[in-house]
Amino acid sequence: MTDPAPPEPQPAQPQHILSLPFTTSNLTLLTQGAEALVYRTTFLTPSTPCVLKYRPPKPYRHPTLDKRLTKARLLAEARVLVKCRKEFMGVEGAGVSVPAVLGADWEMGWVVLEWVDGWTVRKCLDEWIHTLGLKGERQGGGREEGADGGGRQKEEPLWDLMRKVGKAVGKLHEIGVCHGDLTTSNLMVRRVAYTSQEQEKNTGVRHVGRQTVSAMREAAITESDAPPEPSSQTAEQQPPNLNGDIVLIDFGLATQTVQDEDRAVDLYVLERAFAATHPAAEPLFREVLRVYGESFKGARTVLKRLEDVRLRGRKRSMLG
Amino acid sequence: MGAPLQSVTVAARTLSLLWGKKLVGVNHCVGHIEMGRAITGAQDPVVLYVSGGNTQVIAYSSQRYRIFGETLDIAIGNCIDRFARTLMIPNDPFPGYNIEQMAKKGKNLVDLPYAVKGMDASFSGILAAADILAAQTSESLPEEQRLKTEEGELVTKADLCFSLQETVFAMLVEITERAMAHVGSTQVLVVGGVGSNERLQEMMGLMARDRGGSVFATDERFCIDNGIMIAHAGLLEFKTGVTTELEDSTCTQRFRTDEVFVGWRE
Repeated sequence: MTDPAPPEPQPAQPQHILSLPFTTSNLTLLTQGAEALVYRTTFLTPSTPCVLKYRPPKPYRHPTLDKRLTKARLLAEARVLVKCRKEFMGVEGAGVSVPAVLGADWEMGWVVLEWVDGWTVRKCLDEWIHTLGLKGERQGGGREEGADGGGRQKEEPLWDLMRKVGKAVGKLHEIGVCHGDLTTSNLMVRRVAYTSQEQEKNTGVRHVGRQTVSAMREAAITESDAPPEPSSQTAEQQPPNLNGDIVLIDFGLATQTVQDEDRAVDLYVLERAFAATHPAAEPLFREVLRVYGESFKGARTVLKRLEDVRLRGRKRSMLG
Repeated sequence: MGAPLQSVTVAARTLSLLWGKKLVGVNHCVGHIEMGRAITGAQDPVVLYVSGGNTQVIAYSSQRYRIFGETLDIAIGNCIDRFARTLMIPNDPFPGYNIEQMAKKGKNLVDLPYAVKGMDASFSGILAAADILAAQTSESLPEEQRLKTEEGELVTKADLCFSLQETVFAMLVEITERAMAHVGSTQVLVVGGVGSNERLQEMMGLMARDRGGSVFATDERFCIDNGIMIAHAGLLEFKTGVTTELEDSTCTQRFRTDEVFVGWRE
């Protein structure tokens, strides 16, 4: 009998070494996803910020299986992104966008994508739920009249965000793409500056100095040459501005398909991401589905299929 | 499953009445998790629960063990056991163990479907594909009709066991890793009968090390269903004041992991 105690953890992480054209000097690790290491770096010119997505060989996987999966997924990802870009190129108000592909090497396992400046929907939800919760308490103490209506109004950007998410996912499915890992961390809201009016509405206080800052920020973003600042450097006393476009990221498990099944599974994964990460956000998801249902021709049948997918999870409670 | 569950429920009621003791209803999966935590000392791990009847990736969040991913059709243990039957591998001591031993002799990886959907996985298609391949390796076939590798070697039963394990375990490790990335955890605990498979533990360990964490696993004494895990989970519940009235005491196969209020954790 072996001893049940686990072996001593080995904290030494293997160093993943990237080959040219990348240097470690300006490589910042953003996140270690399940699939890939995501870095922020520059590409071709020092002033072009980009996302470098590197899929290191998985030591636990058989090398043959690993190569097969890495190549298939990297290529599928790049192809889907290119397809999405083509569909939305120059279409005003198309409702969804994805980062551009700047370069890729599937043997080495890397792909370079456009830098998207903004927040994940997960962060938006967390911060907005947090902020609204705090504000609700304050309102109860001070101003009594219109506290309800005010709360509803303050929630409006959040509901609007849900509608945009529903529309974006609908658009994606309409062009024959399924994301495959549609979680709230893979949906982003592009950074736009608050207008002074909105700022007042959010904080309840007029920041005279802030107005110029936001104007400057806006100028910096519209100025195409200047690289946008990484989000950590901007002061954030208020929750993320939800007015920006929805950008879908991480197409690592995306497939090109028009099947209701795959679309429904996309929605199901998103639903579970909402439920698992934000217990308070579950009602918000119904709005996502409602707008999704109206977003394209086949959407209604996908929602029907979603009901089947929900039931199919094994040993679902039979109580309803 | 119904009959054994019901007879044990009768026995539990009898004991409760006989000795005047309180009854505490326990969720089977929570039993696995809590005993795994107690034995290994894992603090807040992502849990992979893999057995003949269940395949779930679970993480704790606000008083519930929430299910992040699970099988869309059959359980991993079911898949392995049924493949053991296809290959006519004996059931002693248990089919999964014999598959594991045979897989150690395999060296050629045969292509099998790889079915991960988000954090969920599907095993029935892989089983069907493996069954087809198994038929093509049958010794009753003339040699030229039998399945060969690219190098022209005959594919053996051991190769098939090896390929099946490598494929399905890679899927399990992947969905576990995805859940870990999502909740930001570096610990992983493997429970359930399939959790005693050393290749699965090894693969999970490699993944966890890569993420700067570690894997917690137990051997078959604790992995496979046992009474202590039920008693342990029952005690934890009892300490938080949960008891089950005699007239409410039932058993059900549809008791989801996330239905249990976990009052004993922060």
